[in-house]
Amino acid sequence: MSEERAEKGGSAGSMRDCWSCGTTVAVRAPFCHACGVIQAPQPVDHFTRLNLPARFDLQRADIERQYFGLQRYFHPDRFAAKPARERALSSQHATDLNEAYEVVKDPLRRAEYLLALMGRPVQGDACSTISDPRVLLEAMEMREELAEAQSAAEIESIVARVEAECEAVLDEVADAFAREAFDLAGRHCIRLRYLTRLAAEAHERRARLEA
Amino acid sequence: MQILEIHEPGETPLPHAEDRRPAVGIDLGTTNSLVALSQDQKPEVLCDPDGSAMVPSVVAYSGTGEVLVGEAARRHLLEEPDLVVSSIKRLMGRGPEDLKRLAGSLPFELEPAEDGRMVRLRIGERRLTPVEISADILRALKARAERALGREIGQAVITVPAYFDDAARTATRDAARLAGLEVLRLVNEPTAAALAYGLDQGAEGLYAIYDLGGGTFDVSILRLEKGVFQVLATGGDAALGGDDFDHAIAERFLAERARQLGAETLSVAATKQALVTARLAKECLTDRTQGEWVLDLDGRTSRHRLDAGSFEALVAPLVERTIATAKRVLFDARLKPQDVRGVVMVGGSTRVPLVRRKVAELFGREPLANIDPDQVVALGAALQAEALTHGSDTLLLDVTPLSLGIETMGGLVEKVIHRNSTIPVARAQEFTTYQDGQSAMLIHVVQGEREMARQNRSLARFELRGIPPMVAGAARIRVSFAVDADGLLTVSAEEKTTGVAAHVEVKPSYGLTEEEMAAMLRESMEHAREDMEARLLAEARVSADRVLLALRGALRADGGLLDAAERQTIDAAVAKLERSKEGEDRGAIQDAIEELDHATQDFAARRMDRNIAAALKGVSVDQLGRKTGSGE
Repeated sequence: MSEERAEKGGSAGSMRDCWSCGTTVAVRAPFCHACGVIQAPQPVDHFTRLNLPARFDLQRADIERQYFGLQRYFHPDRFAAKPARERALSSQHATDLNEAYEVVKDPLRRAEYLLALMGRPVQGDACSTISDPRVLLEAMEMREELAEAQSAAEIESIVARVEAECEAVLDEVADAFAREAFDLAGRHCIRLRYLTRLAAEAHERRARLEA
Repeated sequence: MQILEIHEPGETPLPHAEDRRPAVGIDLGTTNSLVALSQDQKPEVLCDPDGSAMVPSVVAYSGTGEVLVGEAARRHLLEEPDLVVSSIKRLMGRGPEDLKRLAGSLPFELEPAEDGRMVRLRIGERRLTPVEISADILRALKARAERALGREIGQAVITVPAYFDDAARTATRDAARLAGLEVLRLVNEPTAAALAYGLDQGAEGLYAIYDLGGGTFDVSILRLEKGVFQVLATGGDAALGGDDFDHAIAERFLAERARQLGAETLSVAATKQALVTARLAKECLTDRTQGEWVLDLDGRTSRHRLDAGSFEALVAPLVERTIATAKRVLFDARLKPQDVRGVVMVGGSTRVPLVRRKVAELFGREPLANIDPDQVVALGAALQAEALTHGSDTLLLDVTPLSLGIETMGGLVEKVIHRNSTIPVARAQEFTTYQDGQSAMLIHVVQGEREMARQNRSLARFELRGIPPMVAGAARIRVSFAVDADGLLTVSAEEKTTGVAAHVEVKPSYGLTEEEMAAMLRESMEHAREDMEARLLAEARVSADRVLLALRGALRADGGLLDAAERQTIDAAVAKLERSKEGEDRGAIQDAIEELDHATQDFAARRMDRNIAAALKGVSVDQLGRKTGSGE
């Protein structure tokens, strides 16, 4: 892990003084090499934060290994007996790690985040902006179907269908990323976004019906 | 040679041995509280001298100013019910309007409270907040731990129901502060239980923790994997517990009574007595099929029969509510009941057979209760206290139980942090002004899942002032929420174009103000002398125990060295010390220790001679060094 860091973060001059002992340390070093005290987290992208390559094709197990491994170092529980400032810094690190994990572990959010990093943000962030008429039509039909569904079994079948559809679109997203067809990936993301939302709504209705 | 310590970056370096003051784990429960200590990952509940682990969460405020906690206070419950408080946890962080809902069902006499202020209870001549009453329970637990360990305790992990909102968490932290305890961490009860369970049983995979206590219900789903305890989802009801079972029974008995004796208006004291009887009935029906109970209230007697079937019918709606919540949490975690590898039962109320049956039915497997459901939370808290002070390989990743948001136009809620987000978490959202030239913005922070602000718990209101005149919609007000590892929220707001900032540590609407807190702390400083006295007394008792233990061993081994008269003198001194140890007079204990010491001086000298003689017998000079150096 530290080797990867060294390769990526080699730029000279990115140094700062340790807030605790004053030793000059690399900006990217989370701990001072002289006194061992935790340093403020840096504003880096979520992939860098987790020490993962910035790409779509990531395995859940790898993401978790990185996340858990880093939290073991930075979590506030490791700093409970430390002075207030170190506790606060650890909390910032842990917060950043949680945020990065939330985004990177979710394939849709990961895809959108990657596209944004590349300077190709996916249009709109609400479902009000579906411009592709075919996608729009599909969305309306599905929504209608959900609205009409009465029984838990009906809703369950919609959930199953939408989730299967999500899986299929995810494969297409992965494929588009693999072929570096980023515009296409973005279009799939829009569809995936509304399908995901629809699945969540159906799921929610199912939950309420159950309760 | 100097040896330098090298540790991995970020790893908690072990404090020096002399700094290693023990940190305890405290389960501050609705009905019972416990304190536990863990050493080398072996947690143990600290008992009183009689060996009982649980401290009833009952406080008695006598007319003479004495404060009794636990079993002693519970004994007063029937004699002087007006001066005794129980189930105070149900009022933590609650405002007057919550109580309106509960009024009639809670045996508390409340001081009329202004809106947005913490409620106060009327107990004899005193007016006390739930925070102060909880602090009294915490003081008793602290004293118990100090007595058991013979040293001062300053730090603790305190557990709270996972479903406790920010106001209740803050109230708990304030209570600890009043009791002179530094809170290392507030840990959610089901998470603490999972920790105790996981470490003890080596559990791996997905586990559900079903925690039905005296006044609160939680259910959490955790993933346990290689020392990581990751909470996936949590849910519950901060006002549902075994107390409600008691209420259901009491209501039935009182309705029967009204039919037998005609209508009557019961005093608060009589209500408390009815609840005590109802609780006995509930406990009895855990392993018996029926029984009869007598209510002797305000001078009139009535008799009531109840069988297990009727009891189950009474509480079935309450149990169903917990099952619905458990299903909801499974949904939130996107899991099916059969994905769960084990269900751990926590809390005394899980002894009710109907609860066990319903939980088994939902998950399709028998729930686990390998660890005493009354103790498992305290044991987990102790493990976490040890981990926080001495370092650990385990990692607890908990979540926030309720969504946090702010009120926007039309009374709607805009959620900023969603429920089940892993903590610590921080999120910001931008809002804007809706009037031209608007110079201030009121920010109303709410917690809960409902759409409308008024349907949720109001946490705080604050104002961002000094926004320069702009047209409506031009200002960019960034509101940032941060929830720390204790689950406590901090909110700040900033106008981005000018940098006008406001920062609030969320003092919940029903919390204590800084002034109130300061006044209470001052008061507790005045009590500090008494506390010090209490600690010295505890220490004197501990050294008395030590002396007595050592003497008993010596008498067993070498009692033969004494003649009858000498033995009698020693026995008399022992009896005197034992008597004074039970009393409250520290001076008397010390005198008795000295007296015993004096009475045994000759005996000690004779033992010494005899042991040296025995040690030297047949031992050559070069062996002698080894023998005496062996430290026996």
